[in-house]
Amino acid sequence: MDLNPGPEYQGFRDQVKSFLNENSQMAGRARNPARPSKDELEWQKKLIEKGYSARTIPTEYGGYGAESDVLKSRIISEEFTEANIPLGMANQGISMLVPTLLELGTEEQKKDWILKTIKGEIIWCQGYSEPGSGSDLASLQTKAEDDGNDFVINGQKIWTSSAQFSDMMFCLVRTEPDAPKHKGISYILIDMKTPGIDVRPLMTMTGHAEFNEVFFTDVRVPKTNIVGNRGEGWYVANATLKHERGMLGDPNQAATRLKEIVDLMNVETINGEKLINNPVHLDRLMRLQGRVLSMSYNSLRSLTASHKGLDAKMGKLIVKLNGCQLNHDLAGFAIDLLGELGTIYGLSNHDHDSGKWQWRYMFDLGLIIGGGTAQIQKNIISEIGLGMPREPKPMLEEKK
Amino acid sequence: MEFALSEEQEILSESVSKMIESVCDVDIIRNHSGGDKELRNILKDQFVEMGLPGLLIPEEYGGSGLGVFEASLVAEQIGKYVAPVLWVANSVMVPISLSDKGSSDLAEKWLPQIAKGEVSACIAINEVIGSREDAGLNIEKGKISGTSIFALDGEHEPRIIVTVVDNNFYLVDTKEEDVEISEIPTIDSTRPVSEVIFNSCKAEEISGGKEIIDKVIDAGRVVLAADMLGTSDSMLKKAVEYSLERKQFNRVIGSFQAVKHMCAEMAAELEPCRSLVWYSAYAQDSIPEESRLAACHAKAHLSEVAHNLARIATQVHGGMGFTDLLGLHYWFKRIGLARQILGGPERVRKEAAEIQGFGVQV
Repeated sequence: MDLNPGPEYQGFRDQVKSFLNENSQMAGRARNPARPSKDELEWQKKLIEKGYSARTIPTEYGGYGAESDVLKSRIISEEFTEANIPLGMANQGISMLVPTLLELGTEEQKKDWILKTIKGEIIWCQGYSEPGSGSDLASLQTKAEDDGNDFVINGQKIWTSSAQFSDMMFCLVRTEPDAPKHKGISYILIDMKTPGIDVRPLMTMTGHAEFNEVFFTDVRVPKTNIVGNRGEGWYVANATLKHERGMLGDPNQAATRLKEIVDLMNVETINGEKLINNPVHLDRLMRLQGRVLSMSYNSLRSLTASHKGLDAKMGKLIVKLNGCQLNHDLAGFAIDLLGELGTIYGLSNHDHDSGKWQWRYMFDLGLIIGGGTAQIQKNIISEIGLGMPREPKPMLEEKK
Repeated sequence: MEFALSEEQEILSESVSKMIESVCDVDIIRNHSGGDKELRNILKDQFVEMGLPGLLIPEEYGGSGLGVFEASLVAEQIGKYVAPVLWVANSVMVPISLSDKGSSDLAEKWLPQIAKGEVSACIAINEVIGSREDAGLNIEKGKISGTSIFALDGEHEPRIIVTVVDNNFYLVDTKEEDVEISEIPTIDSTRPVSEVIFNSCKAEEISGGKEIIDKVIDAGRVVLAADMLGTSDSMLKKAVEYSLERKQFNRVIGSFQAVKHMCAEMAAELEPCRSLVWYSAYAQDSIPEESRLAACHAKAHLSEVAHNLARIATQVHGGMGFTDLLGLHYWFKRIGLARQILGGPERVRKEAAEIQGFGVQV
């Protein structure tokens, strides 16, 4: 146990700090959920040049080409968070598709897609879930029929965030209807401008449409757009999901949220008394702080494990479940602090937080469900982490 | 940066585990609880043989000169086997109180004897954390009188008792002075606590001030958190094992999602606790500016997680968990006591808030 960073890493941290000092003007602060602006594209370009984005992606595909070093990646994200400067673009193309292509794509696919994706020229969406296939994703029914050099796709996807402005979709489709459910799926890249694709916004409980439904009617996609082997899409997708699970439940987000809450408690008053002076609120704040710190230290421990090439099995398995629950609890606490004012959700003179905490409280409930529900996470923790058995066969596979 | 045990730390942890396992099982714990105190002596001797009582004592006084981090690794193993052995006071809190600057005469006199296991040391400071009407100490002309309850490590006729009066640490030599020590029966037979009555006892001042008192209490809290980590980890493992043996409806109960999810929830809550305990213990040795807050959080958070886990792990065992046959209740009760001593979770969280300057300062 030694938490000193060591001279190499201290030096690296200093480098990142001075870059941020010199370039804070250039960083586009607005995180546009839609297409990146010109400023954002330039910022992204600069970040790649310096190795703060696309850090470990080989130079031949437009990345910086550094060796993987989890400690340096961590320093970069810590310093950018500290400076409140966006660490370039974060989207499903960059975080999920690119690692998958690097692992399983053909040379041509890597050349075609990686550079444009990391530069922000191509925006991707993910087509996995279907109305009938949520937790049981492998039962998906969107079919891709073999027709010469193409597949012809028919079906429906749901929970597709950013589909309305995406150029491309990485998608799971059933190419082998007669194979067992896990073995009939292929992972395919679809151009969203192809005729027959209909994107419809999906209104959620937040009152916004953070997701879409995507309908496919006779959509033709070239066979060369399959990543990995035909029929092996399930394994390709799992390679991708592994990258997504790490993103959901990030303890840095909870730490930032806790700081916001302390600020709120220092400003808000009730009956002339600051909320931070209320011992009941403080007890709840401290409980939450204890959980936030545990998760931060858990991530440091996992980091050391990955740095040494070890697998912090349980330490990683719990992140999505705990992190999303913690974020949700933090939002719920902030609402309780605001009390009746915390329920305001629209234009009002009495609004103190622009409805931010209510939106988070609702959206984060979506995150507890999405990306593998809390129930599924518990199955995974008990089966993979604790070695408990899966559901017995008769209940697992119901014959159609 | 290395957030992991070093090779030496792994070895320490494993060897302590093996040693305790070799002398301590649930039947022996049950006999001990029933009045056969032989186990206490065996464990004490084994600890001395491994040089553990001097783990934290500086090398110049015959100890190993290690830190609270290593002491916590040992505590985790003690908790794992619910072993009735001197630790938190004798080998952690008292040595730290005596190692403070300005107490070198007393350190020179007592630390080598503690390190060798020739004397045992008890700490009686419950009143610093919360004073009750039927207990309390006062000092007059260098003599302490009164009663202190929930004194720790008082079961081996301690030669020295360290206590606090008026914000100063004092040491009382029980061989020279009139001290009455008796065990207080709590739920937890594996961690004896004592009532100590001082009858106008000559007390030697060790050192004073809030800073050193906090430091000693913080170390005690971290070590208790580590003990709860070990106890909880053990309860979770037992619950999973039991669920894979016990059959109902022709299936092991561990194949039912209702049971799997209980176990997953315990694991999800407990896993980050190890990192919190490690960090807090490390902070006591190496990050002074964070040591107080980290100790409070470790004690409070582990108390909550362990408390909940003790209940759920017992439920997973069904009716057997409720019986004395499995003896799971020794673990349940050890957590129940550790949660309350040196400050229960509400008290410790209040301190955590104060340390950060939150709330109305008293």
